[in-house]
Amino acid sequence: MTRTGAGTAWTRAGAYWFVSLRSRWRGFVATSVLTPLLYLAGIGFGIGTLVGPVERSGGATYAEFVAPGLLVAAAMQTAVSESTWPVMSAVRWSRQYHAQLATPLTVTDVLLGHAAAVTVRLAVATGGFWLATVALGLARLPWALLALPAAVLAGLAFAGPVMALSVRLTSDQPLTFVFRFVVVPLFLLGGVFAPVEEFPAPVQALVAVAPLWHGVELARAASLGPGAGATPAVLWGHVAVLVGYAAAGWAAAVVAYRRRLS
Amino acid sequence: MTPPEAVVRARELVKRFRDRTAVAGIDLEVRAGESFGVLGPNGAGKSSTMRMIGCVSAPTAGALEVLGMDPRRDGPRIRARLGVVPQRDTLDEELTVRQNLTTYARYFGIGRREARRRAGDLLEFVQLADRADSLVEPLSGGMKRRLTIARALVNEPDLLLLDEPTTGLDPQARHALWERLYSLRERGVTLILTTHYMDEAEQLCDRIVVMDGGRIVAEGSPAALIARHSSREVLELRLPAEQRQSNGGLLHRVAHRVEELPDRVLLYVDDADVVAAELRRGGVRAAGILPRRATLEDVFLRLTGRSLDDS
Repeated sequence: MTRTGAGTAWTRAGAYWFVSLRSRWRGFVATSVLTPLLYLAGIGFGIGTLVGPVERSGGATYAEFVAPGLLVAAAMQTAVSESTWPVMSAVRWSRQYHAQLATPLTVTDVLLGHAAAVTVRLAVATGGFWLATVALGLARLPWALLALPAAVLAGLAFAGPVMALSVRLTSDQPLTFVFRFVVVPLFLLGGVFAPVEEFPAPVQALVAVAPLWHGVELARAASLGPGAGATPAVLWGHVAVLVGYAAAGWAAAVVAYRRRLS
Repeated sequence: MTPPEAVVRARELVKRFRDRTAVAGIDLEVRAGESFGVLGPNGAGKSSTMRMIGCVSAPTAGALEVLGMDPRRDGPRIRARLGVVPQRDTLDEELTVRQNLTTYARYFGIGRREARRRAGDLLEFVQLADRADSLVEPLSGGMKRRLTIARALVNEPDLLLLDEPTTGLDPQARHALWERLYSLRERGVTLILTTHYMDEAEQLCDRIVVMDGGRIVAEGSPAALIARHSSREVLELRLPAEQRQSNGGLLHRVAHRVEELPDRVLLYVDDADVVAAELRRGGVRAAGILPRRATLEDVFLRLTGRSLDDS
């Protein structure tokens, strides 16, 4: 990391990503806020009319049950989107990493700047959807506030490893694979729409390996409040898994960026 | 007066990749205010050399000093004082012309207002002021190159590195670019540029090195290199195969040296017009005959045995 003049170097690298967002913010809002709202309308409220109160979650309505799940799913979607093609493009197509590295910025600045930008976008995207769920009366304040950091943490647990993967790629084929065989199955089976206990044991095991379910359980416990039956020990376990993912992902990204860009 | 300080100094500089040696031990010294050219065919090691000087690629072996500092230790501090025009554009095509300059300026810690001021001045300088607010994507190749040069100047660099600045441009765009580089040179900006265009090197450089296969094969001013490695003039002949056969003896008699290329024969002579007349008297029937001044192209051919076009 380098310090010269206005601000720390990595914040200057990060600022680029906000300038670049100006030209495609509509797509960003659509993916990160509007799509989950459509799911909430169609499934939460729509299918919710066919589903009674969820007993294992303290009798919450189905919409209340689904909303925090969709919040974390949106965080996953945003995190993976922002750390796949944008990273690959910055290496191979628009080559913005190379532009940045010709300046006083270092590889660490470049990575930290981009990761910070991804984090802020995660916060903005999940914040937008979260406000909508509060407005719709689906989140029980004040505990529900904790659903936000849970969602952002879950997003970071995806962003780190995915950035480490994307920076090394020479073709975008594997990214399609990530969406088809990681993001979509987790979205459908990772506890967003139904408790994972309802699925066969092998599915449960696979889901427990990935960050999404841990994030969903955390956000749901926060959103439904202490009355919904979550125990602190279990919740801290989820936090530990997500922190572990984010930290290991970060370490992997540092190594991968150094190898690819210096 | 003290002698001008060395801006770049390299000794036995080597860059090896896993499977090949790109730079095989070169010595360089570029002085402040100089316009220095690195010439050579594709794969000669020019870009690897530039990337080491630009402190984005670490030398494998040897000593390198840029602006009096060590790239291994002082990369960010050195890069803060460099302007880089990479071989492939790294503009963000989805941003406007001006945004490309201002975001880049921020990487150097230049404040917003100052960045906008410099962007305005630089766009005037590269004649893109009227396109300041248009996106980069629709600009022509020449305009994009000029924008990249403006961007490289945003930190008021002490040393400007240009890696094949005009490759892929049409002649008009090349001349427009040369003119801008020439005016930078007049202002005393130190330039290092790589090119495989000999005319470009002759136009822009005070001093050049010719690289081939990762080594420096010649060094000097364009005029000195021509004087040392070529005759003053060249007579180019387009000669059918049987004419080459039957006149072989005569061609070698009238020229200091004969270079046979697939499409033409080059005669290295002192006075091309005199020799042309002599050949005509001798009964040589050429499909085309062109007397010209010797260029760096001829130097390159002499030094490497290859013409730049087929390398």
